[in-house]
Amino acid sequence: MNTEQIDRIVVRFAGDSGDGMQLVGDRFTGQAAAFGNDLATFPSYPAEIRAPQGTVHGVSSFQVHFASSDILTPGDAPDVLVAMNPAALRANASDVSVGGVVIVDPDEFTKRNLAKAGYASDPLSDGSLAHLTVHQVTMGALTLGTVSELGLGRKEALRCRNLFALGILSWMYGRPTEVVEDYLREKFAKKPLVAEANILAFRAGWNFGETTEMFAVRYEVPAAALAEGTYRHVSGNAALALGIVAAGWVSGMKVVLGTYPITPASDILHELAKHKNFPVLTIQAEDEISAVGAALGASFGGALGVTTTSGPGLALKSETIGLAVMAELPLLVVDVQRGGPSTGLPTKTEQADLLQAMFGRHGESPVAVVAPSTPADCFDAALEAARIAVTYRTPVILLSDGALANGAEPWRLPVLNELPDIRPDFSTEPNAPDGSGTHWPYVRDDETLARAWAVPGTPGLQHRIGGLEKAADTGAISYDPANHEHMVRLRQQKIAGISVADLDVHDPSPATTQTLILGWGSTYGPIQEACRRLAARGVPVAHAHLRHLNPMPANLDEVIARYERVIVPEMNLGQMALLLRGRGATNLISHTQVTGQPFKAGDLEVAFLAHMEGAAA
Amino acid sequence: MTALDVPAQVEGEQGPVSGLALVPRGPQEQKPADYRSDQEVRWCPGCGDYIILSTVQSMLPALGLQKENLVFVSGIGCSSRFPYYLDTYGMHSIHGRAPAIATGLAVARPDLSVWVITGDGDALSIGGNHLIHALRRNVNITILLFNNRVYGLTKGQYSPTSNQGMVTKSSPLGAPDAPFNPVSLALGAEASFVARALDSDRKGLAEVLVQAAEHRGAALVEIYQNCPIFNNGAFDILKAPGSERHLVKLTPGEPVGLGELDDQGRHSHLVVREGGRLRVATRSEADPGQVLIHDPGDPDPTTAFALSRLSAQDLSHVVTGVFRAVSRPAYDDDVRRQGENASKASPPDLEDLIFDGDVWSVPSPRGARA
Ligand SMILES: Cc1ncc(C[n+]2csc(CCOP(=O)(O)OP(=O)(O)O)c2C)c(N)n1
Ligand code: SF4
Ligand SMILES: [Mg+2]
Repeated sequence: MNTEQIDRIVVRFAGDSGDGMQLVGDRFTGQAAAFGNDLATFPSYPAEIRAPQGTVHGVSSFQVHFASSDILTPGDAPDVLVAMNPAALRANASDVSVGGVVIVDPDEFTKRNLAKAGYASDPLSDGSLAHLTVHQVTMGALTLGTVSELGLGRKEALRCRNLFALGILSWMYGRPTEVVEDYLREKFAKKPLVAEANILAFRAGWNFGETTEMFAVRYEVPAAALAEGTYRHVSGNAALALGIVAAGWVSGMKVVLGTYPITPASDILHELAKHKNFPVLTIQAEDEISAVGAALGASFGGALGVTTTSGPGLALKSETIGLAVMAELPLLVVDVQRGGPSTGLPTKTEQADLLQAMFGRHGESPVAVVAPSTPADCFDAALEAARIAVTYRTPVILLSDGALANGAEPWRLPVLNELPDIRPDFSTEPNAPDGSGTHWPYVRDDETLARAWAVPGTPGLQHRIGGLEKAADTGAISYDPANHEHMVRLRQQKIAGISVADLDVHDPSPATTQTLILGWGSTYGPIQEACRRLAARGVPVAHAHLRHLNPMPANLDEVIARYERVIVPEMNLGQMALLLRGRGATNLISHTQVTGQPFKAGDLEVAFLAHMEGAAA
Repeated sequence: MTALDVPAQVEGEQGPVSGLALVPRGPQEQKPADYRSDQEVRWCPGCGDYIILSTVQSMLPALGLQKENLVFVSGIGCSSRFPYYLDTYGMHSIHGRAPAIATGLAVARPDLSVWVITGDGDALSIGGNHLIHALRRNVNITILLFNNRVYGLTKGQYSPTSNQGMVTKSSPLGAPDAPFNPVSLALGAEASFVARALDSDRKGLAEVLVQAAEHRGAALVEIYQNCPIFNNGAFDILKAPGSERHLVKLTPGEPVGLGELDDQGRHSHLVVREGGRLRVATRSEADPGQVLIHDPGDPDPTTAFALSRLSAQDLSHVVTGVFRAVSRPAYDDDVRRQGENASKASPPDLEDLIFDGDVWSVPSPRGARA
């Protein structure tokens, strides 16, 4: 048996939604992490919870990309596909890279299953997979044979098939096995028989690889030289939730989450609900309007009010966000974007809520907008959003998306005493400049323009706020035309004046590069990877990635002007490009995709070249 | 006192716990004028809201709280201007959403007495969903529903409590909608405290308001409020001479009666149970064994519901006072208790939280296997 060293590999597990593909994908990821590879993952779920078995609609998959060098995306095309049934093969085979490996269970390719998957002829014999290396492994039968000694029912025994598959892959890539076995023992602690069966199936898969002559080579993907530090594997939603907990910790404020379940944001609620000890108080409201209302009510009381949702929910929250703009209270609004409009593609990704976040309210209603760029970055972005909310007494919209939410990568854990101090500085003394000894809630800090914030319970500072226009300083109701003009401009100025970091540009050769790729949000990985590939081909392009979407960095216009052309890739129809053109940029090329899928680095590489050549022609 | 050092919990005392149990009491004597803000009150002359405001300002000192620990949250409507006129903390929010906002505030701040001011349109039309859920959850808030049976602020369209057939600018041929009965609705929504009062009955209103504030959990008080501009005299039948024949004032432990009083102070009419229903009977025809004795603490809301429907929209027999006052866990107490129990079981530590699970270090000792 040969062992070949390779730099990276992309593996996709696919099966029915009940086949446990997310579980084995997750374990395979854990193994790669334990081994020390860099990695990125991309799970894909059907929108239905249990779509009819064996149909293409019911296919769930999990892609893992791991490597000996640092990587940025879950990979464009799988090198290895494990397909548990014909439907999984049908849904995924066309994605596999040419010459790639497919592992299937031939026993599953019955006439009935083929028909359910929509195959007219058997792909295992009709030559349609000729460009791939297909390994037929009777995973079901082998699993049954292995676990039969435990006396489990057939159905339960067959459920361990996914671990058999994981066993084969673990052997093939020399993955550590203890982490899987430990996990199974812990997960099924209350059902030792099930734990045992899964472990047996897992080992049987490994032994199958070891003894069969089916596989000519084993591969080795050495550990990556990640930056020194302590790491943990984290999904975007988990990182975002932890960022919210951390924001409560460093602000000294109670976190109050008001939310209503919606894919793909619900996992943030699930994660936060585990951390009530911090305290994080979670309110599962009756709808999104109530959810954001509860968050704002908590903020009025001096807590860090947070609400989490996806596009349809953000639409419902817009009136209350407008109230928060008027009341100038901190409010963290998380929108995990999914495919729209309407119910759209609930389990897929898109960046089409940008303009909704920027402008989706009545009146002149500016809010800060922040977007994380990778799953682990969701932690820092949540903290940054909370910093802005508390410091400037403003709603902040955090724009994540489905790809970040469910994607995962190693997270270099923060040094806790380096986290920002975002304590709120509540008012405790009357501040009226007229010496009347009363409290004027709209007196501002000269630098940040943030208003004085006195929370209920503070003696002598009783005041009323609300949605009616406020007189500057006193905060009393005012219908005065000049005052309204002043206040509208002031609210705008406050948001425009938020201090945000300058835009960093990765430019391999600043003297000669003529093309800048300017992205935002989850497209960071594929864009950066495409830029690296172009650089390797001797075509240098620069990459800059926006985290602050409102306000944008102060040096942005200057950076854009530095380049002959600026390509703006987005998973929408050009919303960021519209904003940038509104700032006066004339050298933009908008590159868009709305498939519900993240960009592939390879596609971007080709597209960037085409845009550069097209522009040069 | 700030959000950061609020008192812990209502400890497991026996019996009903006051809605104000965690709110600091003030040592100083207060006068109604102490609750007046510097804002000029701007309702139409003769509006029922004035008398409700002055009744509230007069009863608040009786609660013995400090002004800074009271918060009035309102929606939108004429009635929702109320918080501006009180020298407490307040938020005039958006149409229909005050119960949601108050829920978040009550959860975050057990040391506050949180009030919601709402109208019939605000609470029952646009905000109907929030109202029923606040009642169902039993959030520790006190909700005053100003029912003038019309949309005042938007100049007189019919509301969800308007009489069917009411002619307004939006219903020149008569309103086709069937109305809500707010007390029935609240009881159906599992409310633990439901009362009704009349704007002009200062004493009755004040009594009900004190009890509502002291109730732990959601308290709903429907207040019949006259809008002289768009629905003038809607409740006159309850205020004019002879009103005693239409008004039932509930007193716990007492027979439920109405009508003129005889020389022994007994009502001419009584509410009796008959065939599983309630009916108004003359004293002479009433079977003494079937006369209803008011019990707001009855765990079963059936009788309270029947009382709320003694007459329909027509006000022929209007019941006022406290329909229902039962003790059940308040939502916000439970939410906080979960947090506190969790903190006791596992004291919060950010480092533990973040460095949790499968954590590895680079250069990794395990990576060395490669
Ligand atoms: C979202 C929204 N829709 C509509 C309105 C207009 N509006 C303001 S108050 C109101 C009705 C108020 O009626 P009610 O709650 O009975 O209060 P009242 O004025 O009678 O006290 C309406 C429709 C609004 N302010 N906001
Ligand atoms: S319109 Fe009616 S409810 Fe509104 S202030 Fe005037 S009288 Fe009062
Ligand atoms: Mg009204």
